[in-house]
Amino acid sequence: MKRATLGLAILAALLVLLPAVVRGYALSVATLILYFAYTGQAWNVMMGFAGQLSLGHSLYVGVGAYAAGALFFHYGIGPWAGLWVAILLCVLLGLLIGFLAFRFGISGVYFALLTIAFAEFTRIGFDHLDWTGGPGGMFLRVAQRDAWDLAHFRGPPLMYYYTMLFLTAGAFVLCSFLLKSKAGYYWLAIRENEEAAQALGINTFRWKMLAVAISSAMTAIAGVFFAFYYNNLFPEQIFHISRSIEIILGPIIGGVGTLFGPILGAAVLTLLSDGITELLAALGWEMPGIKQVFYGVVLLVVIVFLPHGIWPGLARKLGLDR
Amino acid sequence: MALLEVRGLSKSFRGLRAVHDASFDVPQGTINALIGPNGAGKTTIFNVIAGVYPADAGAIHFEGKAIHGLRADQVCAAGIGRTFQIVKPFAGLSVLDNVVVGGLLRERSAAAARRISLDILEKLHLGPKRDLPASSLTLPDRKRLEAARALATRPKLLLLDEVMAGLRPTECDQMIEVFRGLNRGEGLTILLIEHVMRAVMALAQHIGVLHHGEVIARGTPEQIVRDPAVLECYLGEETEV
Repeated sequence: MKRATLGLAILAALLVLLPAVVRGYALSVATLILYFAYTGQAWNVMMGFAGQLSLGHSLYVGVGAYAAGALFFHYGIGPWAGLWVAILLCVLLGLLIGFLAFRFGISGVYFALLTIAFAEFTRIGFDHLDWTGGPGGMFLRVAQRDAWDLAHFRGPPLMYYYTMLFLTAGAFVLCSFLLKSKAGYYWLAIRENEEAAQALGINTFRWKMLAVAISSAMTAIAGVFFAFYYNNLFPEQIFHISRSIEIILGPIIGGVGTLFGPILGAAVLTLLSDGITELLAALGWEMPGIKQVFYGVVLLVVIVFLPHGIWPGLARKLGLDR
Repeated sequence: MALLEVRGLSKSFRGLRAVHDASFDVPQGTINALIGPNGAGKTTIFNVIAGVYPADAGAIHFEGKAIHGLRADQVCAAGIGRTFQIVKPFAGLSVLDNVVVGGLLRERSAAAARRISLDILEKLHLGPKRDLPASSLTLPDRKRLEAARALATRPKLLLLDEVMAGLRPTECDQMIEVFRGLNRGEGLTILLIEHVMRAVMALAQHIGVLHHGEVIARGTPEQIVRDPAVLECYLGEETEV
């Protein structure tokens, strides 16, 4: 525990000091890593802890982004107010999916299919929703500022980096707290054996719903960030299933159900895939789709050689698992 | 009034009659056994009591309150703990954490649940194995873990589904001592399904015999071993050669 705490403190310090040495493109890559670490952590609450496989987390990113984005676009309502609307909408959607699935005994891959279906329905819905620009997308007024304007969430790239760092750290603390609490024990029990969990007095329906609510709320926040970071939203892009897959690859590569897995996985995947793209560009090779091929190879290697992800084995090697 | 009263319980699966019109009592503070050949309906009765599935007919009262129709978690919260014949450990969790999950039913904090869990693990001779993953346990240890987890929910009535199966005679005697101790020391009421007659005879004050889903005999162990209906179902009818 001591070594792990020390390691964590060093990592946190490095991340806080990172912008001192890293700027421009590299800083945007670092922000992207944190974004995937955060959304991966959010997904991990549902799948890694409670064992409920969601393949449609782009739903919460998208709805969160569109909710806060549209309120700003149409009414000038700032992101801090829009955030709550985004969270509320996403939690309600999550609970609706959870209710349908858990009440009617839809589990495992069928639950995963239901989550895909909801994300796809919503994508098609937004394609036909003129209020948010339909398939043509919605564009928030870009106001690049050098000064931090936290109230309107406008500022230099540095501000977005620190926001994402703050969110990732917050998610880590929240998840480590949850894991040690009653909820954590109950989720793991449900993940391992739902019937046995129920026989020990656990209302599995209620605790699974809680996992969905927390996971969707966390992901909604990422959506709001997305909207004000990228400033443009297209249904095709934000709700697409490949976005959901991107979210879950980090925790799977890093280690499902672990606290460090989503962070490690996001770093490994983002650095390697950007590194490959950079390398090929430097060599003057244009290879569209190479990123996807690369993802596939990394996934295969990890699944074959590290079926529990990179983190559990690494933690044992470093003596951080106790 | 008995702690558990089962009246006219019936349950069929797609026309297959598993339990038919079964009635029996489990008085407070006693150890009771349900015995019978394979397929007699013993586990079905357990599952109906524990709320895994509803009965087709009949009533179950626990402490005078109707519990038929409750979900499994509600039955457990009411004070009935159960083990599974086919063990269902939380394989990825440590032995201790398996028990802590049970302990959290009545304890507010994980620390408090941990304390009572450590006590229970000692009682069931699992103390030295508490940090191992449950998946690494042998079958006899998994049976013990089933019992430990159920005990951590602090039940008033414990349903044991063949916890002695697969144990060596010395291990079996050890388990018998554990449950006798819990019964005498803490007044725990126990209903067990068992094939190991050594355990049944050593523990049970009352025995019910099930055959083809019906209760064909009830009584003390001495009465049961002399009951002609029981002998017939276990040894077959006397036939003339």
